Amino acid sequence: MYTTATHAHDDHHAPTGIKRWLYSTNHKDIGTMYLIFAVVAGLVGGGLSLLIRMELGEPGVQVFNELSESPKQFYNVVVTAHALLMVFFVVMPALIGGFGNWMVPMMIGAPDMAFPRMNNISFWLMPPALILLILSSVMGQGAGTGWTLYPPLSGLAGQPDMSVDFAILALHVAGASSILGATNFITTILNMRAPGMTMHKMPLFVWATLITAILLLLAMPVLAGALTMLLADRNFGTAFFDPRGGGDPLLWQHLFWFFGHPEVYIMILPAFGIVSHIVSTFSRKPVFGYLGMAYAMASIGVVGFAVWAHHMYTVGMGVNYRAYFVAVTMAIAVPTGVKIFSWIATMWGGSIQFKTPMLWAIGFIFLFTVGGVTGVVLANAGMDVAMHDTYYVVAHFHYVLSLGAIFGIFAGFYYWFDKMTGKSYPEWAGQLHFYTTFIGVNVLFFPQHFLGLAGMPRRYIDYPDIFAEWNLVSTYGAYISVASSVFFLIATVIVMTSGKKSVANPWGEGATTLEWMVPSPAPFHTFEEQPDLTSGNPVAQPAE
Amino acid sequence: MTRTQAEGRDSVNRIFAFLTGWALTLMATASASAQEMSEGVSDGMRTPSFPVPWQLNLQYPVTPIAEDLYWFHTYLLWITTAITAVVLLLLIWVALKYNSKANPVPSKNSHNTLLEIVWTALPVLILVAIAVPSYRILYDMDRIEDPELTIKVIGNQWYWTYEFPDYEIEFDSLPLTDDEIDYAAGQHRLLEVDTPLVLPINTDIRILFTATDVLHAWTIPAFGVKLDNVPGRTNETWTRILTTGKYYGQCSELCGIDHSYMPIVVHAVSKEEFEGWRADQLAVNSTQPDDLNRLAALPQE
Repeated sequence: MYTTATHAHDDHHAPTGIKRWLYSTNHKDIGTMYLIFAVVAGLVGGGLSLLIRMELGEPGVQVFNELSESPKQFYNVVVTAHALLMVFFVVMPALIGGFGNWMVPMMIGAPDMAFPRMNNISFWLMPPALILLILSSVMGQGAGTGWTLYPPLSGLAGQPDMSVDFAILALHVAGASSILGATNFITTILNMRAPGMTMHKMPLFVWATLITAILLLLAMPVLAGALTMLLADRNFGTAFFDPRGGGDPLLWQHLFWFFGHPEVYIMILPAFGIVSHIVSTFSRKPVFGYLGMAYAMASIGVVGFAVWAHHMYTVGMGVNYRAYFVAVTMAIAVPTGVKIFSWIATMWGGSIQFKTPMLWAIGFIFLFTVGGVTGVVLANAGMDVAMHDTYYVVAHFHYVLSLGAIFGIFAGFYYWFDKMTGKSYPEWAGQLHFYTTFIGVNVLFFPQHFLGLAGMPRRYIDYPDIFAEWNLVSTYGAYISVASSVFFLIATVIVMTSGKKSVANPWGEGATTLEWMVPSPAPFHTFEEQPDLTSGNPVAQPAE
Repeated sequence: MTRTQAEGRDSVNRIFAFLTGWALTLMATASASAQEMSEGVSDGMRTPSFPVPWQLNLQYPVTPIAEDLYWFHTYLLWITTAITAVVLLLLIWVALKYNSKANPVPSKNSHNTLLEIVWTALPVLILVAIAVPSYRILYDMDRIEDPELTIKVIGNQWYWTYEFPDYEIEFDSLPLTDDEIDYAAGQHRLLEVDTPLVLPINTDIRILFTATDVLHAWTIPAFGVKLDNVPGRTNETWTRILTTGKYYGQCSELCGIDHSYMPIVVHAVSKEEFEGWRADQLAVNSTQPDDLNRLAALPQE
């Protein structure tokens, strides 16, 4: 007995082999698995988007004719799978599961997550969810409903075979994973902060993760309820969404977007947190207006629950409802503006080093602004009539997600690469990746604003010849982006296998959060002693 | 459009003219050139608002609401471009002035209450400036009190059915396949139908929307009209076409396999021509027993 207890307390042994990963209760290993999972899902989701752009490069149906016997249905399946993969299996696992797991416990000085075994099941629910999603694309005619799964198209009348049921189950399992993860983050952040780290001293990424987790906890069950109703409509004879049985297709849309709008903030808030750290680190200045930044995120989270029907301006809602949603939606621009201006003010007066993570962060700020102002345009219910379900909307949400959230992921990746791997990423490779991606995604998505204004509807496999020019430009942008991503993958593998060794804090005095006080890569058990912040930040050593 | 509504729009236009004088001038030139450029002919009918290659802006508006939306988009474009430009210039400024070479010792300032109040309050003012015309257009476009004509648009997988409830006219509008397109007559692939909807100009038209199977969305960009066709529901909006010609739209809510293949064509004609067309339709209908008559003729159990 005695020896076992001593063993458990003193020995820092780490499990190896399959046990280390399958049974893992370590937040860093689980974070690593989430990141690898996101990369795998990203390869599939990115590959699908390449197929879409190749098809749309010229009018007519070419690529999908080669791929499938029913190309038009398969195109809808690919569009659906691309969106679901990117939202649930790339952005969320990377930002929350990956960086959240890796960094939140270290940043608050905790030894691990509050519920390490629950953390394990949170991750290991994701691969089955991914398999279910892939099955939804290949079984029967495939789920070609769009990621929004609007009934009646997603009901028995629209998609009678089992493919949509697989998609429903995939989202159920991924949602359960998210709810467990969210519970874990909330408990960890509220209960396990080091002495002296009050709520108002928490790093902004921790704030962002906390708010994201609360949004997940409140929004995911609504999706789960709606999915269950859809499952019952399809399999057990209910008619929640079927007008022939007294139901209403719009009930689904309200439930879906009550989840779906917080979901878009779930995807972007962690990126806000990451960008705040990077801007502060590389400007060698504290974050400007820290409290304003934290409460801007909190207010975005709260108001995010009150704007869902701005996705539904053309469904035939009463005009006064639309007027309400216009007002509340536009109000979100205010805290978002506070964040943009505070990042610039953080740089103002700083001593800025334009290292790779900083380039991604600045790219994020500018591109998110572009996506933000088109969001203000779309917030107007009248104006939205011209743009709803056109490529303008596609351009808008790719600017805030593909260029916003994904830039946030890459920013975080380069910022914490040394900390996670112990290797140093060569500047030239990171910068080349940044510049090629920046050019590629802008060539890809900016022309889609023009296509949308001219009236090209979204989710179309074929379009009138008049839209050919901008579509071709957009497709060239996709080729640039894909080439850039291939370069990134190869460079990352090379750096991880034979890169130079890095140091505990590669970024210097600007990096003041607790993860920079431990060696790189961060040891299996982070802290030998619990950090104590009651008499100041142990990382921020005064220069004098 | 009632007289008061029109006057209201004029006064709001005047209020915002000082903000958007430049924008309005540009819009006027842009829309004039857009009209010139996009004017074509299909089936012997003018197509006043067909997109042009490399088109950058909305289609040429031919209803009061679409004109409002065109103006409003230009107005929004100036505001959003200005905001983006300010952010970009600030980023360039800090990159030039506060890089580690130009400014080796960083300041430690992290608060400025006045600045924070300004950049919270200023966006609120900008949003109010957006909201005022936005709400006017939203309420204008909602519905109309006394329509002169009512049509009903029914979405089906994958074609449209049009009804004139007041005249018992009903017909399907089926898409033409690529092989049936007459390019020589100026027809466009993916956009032509066998039987277009015929509507009179300068008439307040109420449009009702519904669907028989899944969601669809009927839209004509040049009219500034787009609304979902929802099974089990009837939605309503209105339009008033100002220019004769042939107008195109495409289904705008994912509706399954042939979502890309259910175009919308409207022939906007003079009131006299419309009356002639309507008389023809009624004549055709009266020679064929309609569905109800056929049902009534069935032997009863």
